[in-house]
Amino acid sequence: MNMPAAPAKPPRKLGIKENYALLTRGLGWETSYEPMDKVFPQDRFEGIKIHDWDKWEDPFRLTMDAYWKYQGEKERKLYAIIDAFQQNNGQFNVSDARYVNTLKLFLTGVSPLEYAAHRGFAMAGRNFRGTSARIACQMQSIDELRHAQTQAHTISHYNKFFNGLHDYPHMHDRVWYLSVPKSYFEDAMTAGPFEFVTAISFSFEYVLTNLLFMPFMSGAAFNGDMATVTFGFSAQSDESRHMTLGLEVVKFILEQDPDNIPIVQRWLDKWFWRGYRLLTLVAMMMDYMLPKRVMSWAEAWEMYFEKNGGALFHDLSRYGIRMPKYHEVASKEKDRLSHEAWGTFYNYTQAAAFHTWIPADSEMQWLSQKYPKTFDRLYRPRLEFWREQQAQGKRFYNNTLPMLCQTCQVPMFFTEPDDPTKICYRESDYRDNKFHFCSDGCKDIFDHEPEKYVQAWLPVHQIYQGNCFLPDANPAAPDFDPLAEVLRYYHMQVGHDGHEYLDSPDRRNWEQWTGKPGVAA
Amino acid sequence: MQIDIKTTSVTQLRQTFSHVARRLGGDKPASRYQEATFDLQPAANFHYRPLWQPELELYDMRRTRIVMRDWYALRDPRQYYYGTYTIARARQQEAMEKNIDFVEKRGLLRDLPQAARDALLFALVPLRHAEWGANANNCYITAYGWGTAVTQAAMFQAMDRLGIAQYISRIGLLLDGNTGEALTQAKALWMEHPAWQGLRRLVERLMVTSDWFELLVAQNLVLDSLLHPLAFQQFERRFSAAHGPALSLLVEFITSWYEESARWVDATVKTAAAESADNAALLRGWIAQWRSAAAEALAPYAAASLDADAGAALAAVAAAFDARIAKLGLNAEEKAA
Repeated sequence: MNMPAAPAKPPRKLGIKENYALLTRGLGWETSYEPMDKVFPQDRFEGIKIHDWDKWEDPFRLTMDAYWKYQGEKERKLYAIIDAFQQNNGQFNVSDARYVNTLKLFLTGVSPLEYAAHRGFAMAGRNFRGTSARIACQMQSIDELRHAQTQAHTISHYNKFFNGLHDYPHMHDRVWYLSVPKSYFEDAMTAGPFEFVTAISFSFEYVLTNLLFMPFMSGAAFNGDMATVTFGFSAQSDESRHMTLGLEVVKFILEQDPDNIPIVQRWLDKWFWRGYRLLTLVAMMMDYMLPKRVMSWAEAWEMYFEKNGGALFHDLSRYGIRMPKYHEVASKEKDRLSHEAWGTFYNYTQAAAFHTWIPADSEMQWLSQKYPKTFDRLYRPRLEFWREQQAQGKRFYNNTLPMLCQTCQVPMFFTEPDDPTKICYRESDYRDNKFHFCSDGCKDIFDHEPEKYVQAWLPVHQIYQGNCFLPDANPAAPDFDPLAEVLRYYHMQVGHDGHEYLDSPDRRNWEQWTGKPGVAA
Repeated sequence: MQIDIKTTSVTQLRQTFSHVARRLGGDKPASRYQEATFDLQPAANFHYRPLWQPELELYDMRRTRIVMRDWYALRDPRQYYYGTYTIARARQQEAMEKNIDFVEKRGLLRDLPQAARDALLFALVPLRHAEWGANANNCYITAYGWGTAVTQAAMFQAMDRLGIAQYISRIGLLLDGNTGEALTQAKALWMEHPAWQGLRRLVERLMVTSDWFELLVAQNLVLDSLLHPLAFQQFERRFSAAHGPALSLLVEFITSWYEESARWVDATVKTAAAESADNAALLRGWIAQWRSAAAEALAPYAAASLDADAGAALAAVAAAFDARIAKLGLNAEEKAA
């Protein structure tokens, strides 16, 4: 071979944007042997009109080689820290064993959503006909798989020393309160691809992620959980990509056709409310479950939604988009949400995969300070009464099943927007049946698509219908214990996975293993 | 109060998650692959029927005709979960970066004779579109398949194919000095040149194939093992013999990926076939049907890319394919026997 020492003319230098465009843009083609509508059968039926997919600006501009490089490096570091955490028994450095209950809520309630996002974005990554949009969704899909798996690996070590974590995918498919996150994501995945990305990329990742992901990760940092906080940091750069995608998605859809605006507005209304109701679990975690608290739910709502969200929707007003419906109800509820939720879980903790407890005096003081308008007047007396009962050996467990909202599936414990002492009930008639809702927001969602929401697998209904027993259960037996049988179906170990924290093996083990008090001073 | 935990007896409550222990037959230490894979996909109590396919559940085993008692039997012999996958690929891409740099700095492609550059552009650069099709098809398997064991491997396969499409694009850019002209020409070939239409038609047919396991077989077993060796071994070997090793450096990722991913494909198909006679018959039928479609699609491409060597190259590829299928126990003769 006769090779010249140096090339005759140097190649053009490519910037990241141009390099990405060359390597990506032209990959797709207009199919002609099969009709485009058959190759992409899902991206028209929702009524969204896209005229020019090339207007999609991929915010990441990541080629696969760069993706592998960055992500491989992140994984190497993350697993090195997880290994070190495990070798050093890092699980015993957390504030106290109550903290682990937030991990239980996270692993059973949130990690499966990461998995669902992985599959949902794979669907979107197949179904859009625009090349760059598909690549962006695929990258998010594989990122979400990362999150589901690294969370399993991080929390795996806690599972070896604490209860309630041991069967999380099984529980996610069955347990009553876990149908709240499960149905939320399945609602998005069973919609079309545009609604899915609006719901998840925008309403969830962009608008609400600071109220979900960050409280858990900051909570981990405040409570000495180095494994989870490392995972949180490692996932942060993925999350910021996902948030950027969320904003890009919505702007792209809105700019493509004015007919898209009312469709998107309806989705923003729906998914704001769906997401907000899901966050009830986070509100309770922030105010009650973290032994060392980061900020109150009300403060988080003010900062991340009222302030940041308000500015965002102000920006979107030039497209004709307004604040999501019922945002003012969420603001009215911010001083009571966590208290109402914790009270309910305190009642039903014998059927949950995490413990509950009465806050210590210093914690009640914190709550009074953070919730001056409501806590001492409405919630402290109830907690003190329960504490008294507990001291007399009469720890209260509620053995009747709660009514669930047909849409969000949270038990109907929310109160009237303008009266925190009165439970809020709404109902709709559909096909000769009556359906019940916790709020106007949930009722609206149902009324727009009743044929969808009547299908909901409501755990309480399912229990009463006899669908939550193992095949060997015999409801005709004279000593049949329905609650025990439901817990068996859930794979919950009675007295270990749930019930009062003070009476729990978790607390006993913690005190014995670490010599530290079960409730940190 | 500080207590030295080494003096305290700490008995681990369990070795792994209960859902993993059930699959291991007891509470035993589990690998990261196992904890990242088993039962991650929801499997019961779905809430709403999909608007886009109301006759089925959101996750539904009936999206393929293959039947498995346990879909988690389809394990990946590479034991890839996200961490091991990205770390492995990061290593490979590092080598590729050096290779590309080497070729670029020395102008090894740009300074080839015009005819050689034309031949390279013609034979390889349009494959970026075929790889993009393979990306879509594996993304489909990820989205609609059943069980994390197979769907996560399909996700990695999908991203690999995007990576390969981009590595092939890099060959185009090395040919044209980063103007993108080669990519435009390659797309015109893909869209219009008669020698490429068989393959494009086949890729489009795959993109409307609804049974995800059939698609896995048609794309990852049949088409890949006929097309990849033809382009990245037969053509590459001849080209390198005539023009030096530049191309070998540029397809290093692709050829090692092919061998590596074949281990996953073979294990998956073999396990599904071993499950039942019905599965095996179905797989045999799919292999036969897609094999003949692929052979037909590739003949004009081979003729145009390999000239007089086309016949021998096709025969070599077909022989290797038949040997691979025989090793899986799925050759047509066995059916007759």
